[in-house]
Amino acid sequence: MKSDPGFYDYWPYENRPKIRWPGGKKMAFWVAPNIEFYELNPPANPSRKAWPQPYPATQGYSIRDYGNRVGHQRQMDLLDKYGIRGSISLSTALCDHHPEIIQMCKERNWEFFSHGIYNTRYTYGMSEQQERDMIKDSMETIYQHTGQKCAGYLAPALSHSELTLDLFAEVGTELFGNEGGIYTCDLFHDDQPTPIHTRSNKPFVSIPYSLEMNDTIAFVVNKIEPRRYGNMLKKNFDRLYAEADESGTIMCIPTHNYQVSCPHRMKAFEEALDYITSHDDVWVATGKEIADHYLEHYYEQAKTDIAQKNAALGPAATHKGAK
Amino acid sequence: MALDKSYLEYSHRSHGMDHDRYDWSMLTDRPKITWPDGKKLALWVNVPLQFFPLDQKGEPFKIQGGMTMPYPDLRHFSLRDYGNRVGIFRFLKAFDKYGVTPTFAMNTQLAKRNPYLLNTITERGNEVMCHGMHMDALHYGGQDKQLETQLVQDSVNQLRELTEQNITGWLSPGRNESENTPELLAANGIEYFCDWVNDDMPYRFKTNKGNLWAMPLSNELDDAFIMLNNLHSEDSYAEQMIDACDFLLKEANHSGGRILSLNIHPWMLGQPHRIGALEQVLEYVMSQDVYSASASDILQAFTSQTTT
Repeated sequence: MKSDPGFYDYWPYENRPKIRWPGGKKMAFWVAPNIEFYELNPPANPSRKAWPQPYPATQGYSIRDYGNRVGHQRQMDLLDKYGIRGSISLSTALCDHHPEIIQMCKERNWEFFSHGIYNTRYTYGMSEQQERDMIKDSMETIYQHTGQKCAGYLAPALSHSELTLDLFAEVGTELFGNEGGIYTCDLFHDDQPTPIHTRSNKPFVSIPYSLEMNDTIAFVVNKIEPRRYGNMLKKNFDRLYAEADESGTIMCIPTHNYQVSCPHRMKAFEEALDYITSHDDVWVATGKEIADHYLEHYYEQAKTDIAQKNAALGPAATHKGAK
Repeated sequence: MALDKSYLEYSHRSHGMDHDRYDWSMLTDRPKITWPDGKKLALWVNVPLQFFPLDQKGEPFKIQGGMTMPYPDLRHFSLRDYGNRVGIFRFLKAFDKYGVTPTFAMNTQLAKRNPYLLNTITERGNEVMCHGMHMDALHYGGQDKQLETQLVQDSVNQLRELTEQNITGWLSPGRNESENTPELLAANGIEYFCDWVNDDMPYRFKTNKGNLWAMPLSNELDDAFIMLNNLHSEDSYAEQMIDACDFLLKEANHSGGRILSLNIHPWMLGQPHRIGALEQVLEYVMSQDVYSASASDILQAFTSQTTT
């Protein structure tokens, strides 16, 4: 075990090279619906229980199924209304279970990225080869069903190993060259993209995917009221929009069809989307589009800036990035 | 370090669900429903009437709302009993004031213990569904099948005798089930149950003793979930119900009739400082284009228009 994962160097949120998004927009906005499949009776993992009750865990399983049966269409209609293409964090087994959902998203040119195969299969305890196989399976599945070269990753149920990001980057290169495996949503250390060290040293970036704005964290973990969630989204937007005068920012709303699409939550969510998309200086994009733009225009500049700032501080500042 | 290779095998990875209990179906693909008199929204007010034993065993887990202190937990025992003595009478007044038709989900043990309350409910003529024996008689995975068979039989049959009603509906205590519960319900003449929360409309649930209907009793809109689990205020509760009502009415305009299901506990919303929130919700909802009916009548109106 390590005291620091070593993925990135310290890089203060001031005096960074200035970012501008396509069309000269100052702020990027993306919505990441998690479209997940939870198994009713998954195999046991030694580190984490899938359900609190013995099989069958009627409540936990069925509310998640609600997301696919009822919630998906609701959220999709809403995103259509506001001209937002979703960036789907996908349990890729859903391509087999519910291809109807995949088809609808494909028709809308939404992005699909890997969220593992099932959200009830955790990375904990896997060998390197097993994790590589699982990641590869998930990326190949996305390609077979959608023709998309999977660019992003969010580990299933946020279960990681020390090698998760390395493996995702490597499998991406193996399958799709420079187009595959280029960004991660697994890190929450910044409001702007940051270069990530992986052992293959490929250009690889962390794209902000806000855990604080994640509806499941908001509603289930922090137990906040639907209207307060709507207000939080607006405040989050307002601050990032104002700060973007100095350098481009990103707002992400990660959602779940079994949370935000419940009848008592839709109104506040819609108000927030309406508010955000009514601002002119916003680039409504997908995760991959943001990662592509950043990698093409700002990645090298950022690496240089980080290296220079840390070099100026002496050897103590750079040890974390060394792998 | 490695996991057993079965951890990377996916035997149910194929079209539809990963079990054979019900068919995969998106709500938007189903026929549109119209409620009686052309109403767009059915209001199902479901009132659990519960007995929480003081000597709670908590097998296989302690239920939410149950005893939490060392025995004897007089605090939670009496706080729950409050609902059956006081809170319920505030509920009944509110239902009558706003013309709401409630459905009562009653623990059979409570019906046995409390004849006055039983008479009050049955004399109103409202539907009673079985809510299991009591709140510490859970149905759970791994439970002895013979014991559960007896438990279901006793709960349903005794409640039938006590209420002189047919009893076709079921809500498990804690909404928890064993792998055998659906079969046992079907074998005992239950037609619909309300434990699964994966839909906003009724759907067919398969058992090898005949099919059940799964009725959509939202847990997300449950008063105890919102105020006891999520610790939201009474005002927020009312806002959430009103927002849900507005949304479902709007959706019903293009998708066909919807159901607003309010699961409300007399020990929760029946408190003096909370009853106003319930009244506010009922007043608002009943002023809309709403069909207020029992769970059975809603199901009947639904099944008369669909074969799925």
